[in-house]
Amino acid sequence: MRLRDFPEEELFLKGSAACAGCPGSMALRVAFKALGRNTLLVVIASCTSVLQSPFPYSALGVPVLNMAFATGGATGAGVAAAVDYLVKKGALQERPNVLVWAGDGGTYDIGIQALSGAAERGDDFIYVCYNNEAYSNTGTQRSGATPYAAWTSNTITGKREWRKDVAQIMVAHDLPYVATASLAYPTDFFNKMRKAASIRGTKYIEMLAPCPPGWKFPSDSTVKVSRLAVQTGVWLLFEHEDGRTNYTAGTRRIIEGQAELVPVVEYLRAQGRFRHLFRDGEEDERVREYQERIDRVFDNLRFASRLRERLMDLEIRG
Amino acid sequence: MVDIANHIAAHAVKLARVAVVSAYPITPQTQVIEEISALIEAGEMDCEYIPVESEHSAMAALIGAAAVGVRAFSATSAHGLAYMHELLHWAAGIRLPMVMVNVNRAMGPGWNIWCDHQDAISQRDTGWIQLYCAGHQEIADTVIQAFRISEDPRVILPVMVNYDAFVLSHSYMQADLPGQEEVDRFLPPFRSAWRLDLDNPLTHGSVIYPNDYEEVRLSMQQAHERAREVIAEAAEEYRRIIGRFHGALVEAYRMEDAEYALVAMGSLAAEARVAVDALREEGLAAGLVRVRSYRPFPGEELAGLLDVLKGVLVIDRDISFGMEGALYSDTKAALYGKSQVPVFNAITGLGGRDVPYTVMMEEMRRVAEGKRREAVSWPTIRFNDHHRASREGMSRCG
Repeated sequence: MRLRDFPEEELFLKGSAACAGCPGSMALRVAFKALGRNTLLVVIASCTSVLQSPFPYSALGVPVLNMAFATGGATGAGVAAAVDYLVKKGALQERPNVLVWAGDGGTYDIGIQALSGAAERGDDFIYVCYNNEAYSNTGTQRSGATPYAAWTSNTITGKREWRKDVAQIMVAHDLPYVATASLAYPTDFFNKMRKAASIRGTKYIEMLAPCPPGWKFPSDSTVKVSRLAVQTGVWLLFEHEDGRTNYTAGTRRIIEGQAELVPVVEYLRAQGRFRHLFRDGEEDERVREYQERIDRVFDNLRFASRLRERLMDLEIRG
Repeated sequence: MVDIANHIAAHAVKLARVAVVSAYPITPQTQVIEEISALIEAGEMDCEYIPVESEHSAMAALIGAAAVGVRAFSATSAHGLAYMHELLHWAAGIRLPMVMVNVNRAMGPGWNIWCDHQDAISQRDTGWIQLYCAGHQEIADTVIQAFRISEDPRVILPVMVNYDAFVLSHSYMQADLPGQEEVDRFLPPFRSAWRLDLDNPLTHGSVIYPNDYEEVRLSMQQAHERAREVIAEAAEEYRRIIGRFHGALVEAYRMEDAEYALVAMGSLAAEARVAVDALREEGLAAGLVRVRSYRPFPGEELAGLLDVLKGVLVIDRDISFGMEGALYSDTKAALYGKSQVPVFNAITGLGGRDVPYTVMMEEMRRVAEGKRREAVSWPTIRFNDHHRASREGMSRCG
């Protein structure tokens, strides 16, 4: 699938209330193109509650149920169960996609219990977390997804903890499909949404969603910052199926040696939320910590990749 | 069948042809969902069952299912109900029909699994219709009626069917279940005001500004007003088709020539009949008004039954802290400007404390004799050394 082959139909409509450069609306646009009209959407309290436009308007071209903050997994379960019932009774000819759309606050923090419950039960829906790494809708407070050293409105000298990784927590739930995505790689995201739609059970896709006002970068740079996150190794693109993780797009190219890791300082410098790491022309210690951590991750990934190649080679020859 | 009320409720849910059940176990509700899951496993009930990981999720899943356009049911109690609180508002506010059994249990701490009405009364203002049952047969019949009330186009609000922990939930009694054919005649296929419709994609529950919000809340209030006639109609239709009647919004007992009345809800109202009969034998013209529908509140019915009496005693199995019993406040409000009848309040039976009918008699006698000075009494309070020691400890704090 190439970008020009995406369906032309727009289900994310004009006139939304999104901020300029909003990653959530860009992600929805691609997700809708991948899933099409036959989709029931559950929106969990997040920026998307607002950007869809207030009553009586809506920028969303599919049926939408807006729901409370902590309910993503459970509402998806209820919608999926009712859909299954109607399909069984012949009242629905084709099973619609059930899409739950939540932010990182609704996924990492208040909604993780409901998500974990649904994942353990294997309820049949796609859960997308668009992760803007803070409570952007309420004025950019820290969340469990906020990265180390980032300014938020309640971590004004930089967050002191590293973020947790819900995508890996979902892998640990043994889901049939877990993937990460980036706005800079829309075909990768599109293909992952399509694949998720073809699999039964709980599917989890997490999109890094650089937020111009929250992360403090110009609103025309959402895609640029998204790309830097992958190129610097801050954000890994992968999909996990049948117990195996495959890295994709820009991340795969770095692991396989077709592209170099870009120094993380370029990613950090592009955003005002890390400005305090570069006071008086000096780099804060925390920049080095970032780079060391990323290097360690990629050393391991490259090693595992080479090891797998060798083993496959041996298997073929043996 | 002779069974515990929890099993009887489950069989009524089956007769209502529910499509999705979502629930989380909590004492004393557990046998409701155990029986439903057993009926599904046995192939006797055609229904999707979601064993959620919390009550908050139970109600979220119910909202999701009802939004797709199917009949949905859950059951809970006490802390489970409290944990759902946010989504009780959501279910009513987004105008979805559904039915939930709440087995009335005290709120902790201290941990107390026994009966009172504090759990449901605390959810009074969420927009749910609240019905209270006094016996096993009424539970079976009310669960079935509740779906019809909830789905009536004049209402479209969730309905909570309340019955008392252990006294009813775990006690074995006879109840007749109607035949499936009769229930199908009484309860039409699922109807709702809206659903997530692929052919007509609308957005539900979105941001709503001050310019539009009050109109939404008024429409909920108007639905409650209309629910009064719908509840009465459902009770009448049930009598016509299935042949049983437990009262409409209220049930009156020996009120025709009564001079004094007890007002109560739930199983205490069943016990109050014994008190009324015994008082009558003593020569006191007592009667009983049992409130079946707490929300919408039967203000007119109560005023019509109580306004000419000489005295009224309201029994509350709850306490609105800093005020008085909730049923008492509402009863007085119903009489305001219509009657000078003195109205008193007994707060009793909290946390499963036994309320002998003799206590109700004594409280009623004091009302009739005009000796009662205090508006609110706690007639089953009895302090022992442990209570006194605890109070002393608290008085020393700081």
